[in-house]
Amino acid sequence: MTPVATPFFFYLFAGMMLIGGILVITRKNPVHSALALIVTLLAQASIYLMLYAPFVAGVQIILYAGGIMVLFLFVIMLVSIERSMKERQFNSQRVVGIIAATALGGLFIAVYSKGKDIFPDHAVRMTAAEAPNVQSVATLLFGPYMFAFEIASLLLLVAIIGAVVMAKKRI
Amino acid sequence: MESMLHITTLHYLVLGAALFLLGVIGVLTRRNVVIVLMSIELILNAVNLNLVAFSRMSGGLHGQVFAIFVITDAAAEAAVGLGILIAFFRNKETVNIDEVNLLKW
Repeated sequence: MTPVATPFFFYLFAGMMLIGGILVITRKNPVHSALALIVTLLAQASIYLMLYAPFVAGVQIILYAGGIMVLFLFVIMLVSIERSMKERQFNSQRVVGIIAATALGGLFIAVYSKGKDIFPDHAVRMTAAEAPNVQSVATLLFGPYMFAFEIASLLLLVAIIGAVVMAKKRI
Repeated sequence: MESMLHITTLHYLVLGAALFLLGVIGVLTRRNVVIVLMSIELILNAVNLNLVAFSRMSGGLHGQVFAIFVITDAAAEAAVGLGILIAFFRNKETVNIDEVNLLKW
């Protein structure tokens, strides 16, 4: 099916992501930053849908916006934020940090302006999909990437044990 | 104006780079540890956007599988990082990373 109004949706969701990102790094209240990050993640899931990646969009909404951000909000509840909101918000190396980030931005602009001819002009590869997206991703996950899949589950086990040990009162 | 209306791969890459820069600024300039951790999540999301954009450009789905693994890794890292934060807060009663200076000479 042919997409409609692609530039409008791209700029809408890109604007939502950038505004959400700016709100994340500038808000004094961490709860406001967490909510802005949730908006950014949901807008990014919409961009994934525009890039014909519905499974990654679903994983992003369920895992990232619905799991990781809820974990962040629980921890923000546990640590007291009233005292941290009264202090200075930006640390003493902010000028050097902004200069370094501007240098990195200049590097990105230089690389992308020099190399923009190597990307093809069309955004989409008009090949008909042999199978639905979830089925194709699953064929890849259980095929060539089987080892990485098992290692990822081992990583999650280690992370669970680590988080429980870290947060215990007495080890 | 015509080039801005036709959305190519480069548009997605520039958006990913802008998000990456916002995450880097957040990590380098904020004092609150929770906001630093959230800026790290912004960086990981920018990388994911690049991966999925290149996967769309090349036609294969390897970039999307890689993005799923990055999301899994971000979940594990967020859990461990927040556990460390809770342990740190239990010791010092502050979420200010400027106060993590016991190893400073």
